[in-house]
Amino acid sequence: MAKKNFGITVDRKICKSCGICVAFCPVSVFTTDHDDKAVVTYPEKCTGCRQCELLCPDYCIDVEEIAHG
Amino acid sequence: MDATHKKYLRMNKLPHIWCPGCGDGTIMGSFIRAIDRLGYDKDDVAAVSGIGCSGRITGYLDFNTLHTTHGRALAFATGVKMAKPRLKVFVFMGDGDATAIGGNHLIHSCRRNIDITAIIFNNNIYGMTGGQYSPTTPRDKYATTAPYGTTDPHFDIAKLCIGAGASYVARGTSYHAKMLTDLIVAGAEHKGFSVIEIITHCPVNFGRRNELETPVDMLLWQKDHAVRMAKAEKMTADELADRFIIGELHKADIPEYVEEYDRLIERVQRGDTGRG
Ligand SMILES: Cc1ncc(C[n+]2csc(CCOP(=O)(O)OP(=O)(O)O)c2C)c(N)n1
Ligand code: SF4
Ligand code: SF4
Ligand code: SF4
Ligand SMILES: [Mg+2]
Repeated sequence: MAKKNFGITVDRKICKSCGICVAFCPVSVFTTDHDDKAVVTYPEKCTGCRQCELLCPDYCIDVEEIAHG
Repeated sequence: MDATHKKYLRMNKLPHIWCPGCGDGTIMGSFIRAIDRLGYDKDDVAAVSGIGCSGRITGYLDFNTLHTTHGRALAFATGVKMAKPRLKVFVFMGDGDATAIGGNHLIHSCRRNIDITAIIFNNNIYGMTGGQYSPTTPRDKYATTAPYGTTDPHFDIAKLCIGAGASYVARGTSYHAKMLTDLIVAGAEHKGFSVIEIITHCPVNFGRRNELETPVDMLLWQKDHAVRMAKAEKMTADELADRFIIGELHKADIPEYVEEYDRLIERVQRGDTGRG
């Protein structure tokens, strides 16, 4: 079976730089920028577990499966 | 933000005022996913809160909402439920709100077993007013009012509610976000007084003073100290000493207050005063 791909977006305007998604993504998809806001750096590693979406206290993150083809 | 947030939150009130990394936002997310799963019509839900950071939730939830006074949310909610029993009533309280100033309302709501779901944000501190210790601050922890550590033992909210007669009692955390949604769904579906104690984190007024400097440190602490019921049953008292159990802790099938009250009205209207 082909590996699933996910598109991850962070709404930078509302991110409060808490670091939760960065710390709890099991495969370290996120890094931080100069304001400690979350940046999607390694989207290809994403497994679609949605832990980041569930834990972000400000609902900044959206994870969507990218259709193949 | 996804369709669930847009459906159940007042988008014009966001972003919320909670501090960076505060558990309150995560809990609000778990709650709206529970409502979505329950499939309740928004107009059939009443959300009632007291005063505190946690109490701010009724400003963001897009249901029938009532932001009441400190410690009195359950009294208002009792009125709402008695007047409109068809409403699904949820009450949001902080640990101070629920067990200090509002402790009396809490135990008597448990005793009455009124069909309300109480969601208690236990961050072990008075968050909103700057970090005074509450009845759930553990012994030897620091607070603005306990600069040398607290001397009091703390309330175990779940145990307190079981003792007072609540018919559904569960404990979750702000870290176990999926489980929290499951517990809220089960509590809402249960007929009677349901309590969901949520161990949550106030990084600003509790964590910083107690060697849990960041929201991440606080969530890691929850992850390391929470034990699921099934696992706890296989552990010794020593192993469980500084941990806490999460999951459904108590469930009982006992008469519910609004139904009992209706039964009384019906009986008296029939002319039966109960005195033979
Ligand atoms: C009658 C009354 N007494 C005291 C206060 C001040 N007060 C506001 S919130 C609060 C405690 C907040 O702690 P908690 O209930 O745990 O909520 P949190 O902010 O931690 O979510 C207090 C004492 C008040 N608003 N009203
Ligand atoms: S969905 Fe899971 S794997 Fe993907 S970015 Fe979020 S936490 Fe990481
Ligand atoms: S969890 Fe949310 S608010 Fe916190 S850093 Fe990540 S995107 Fe920003
Ligand atoms: S003071 Fe504590 S409980 Fe209140 S919003 Fe800030 S982190 Fe959350
Ligand atoms: Mg509190």
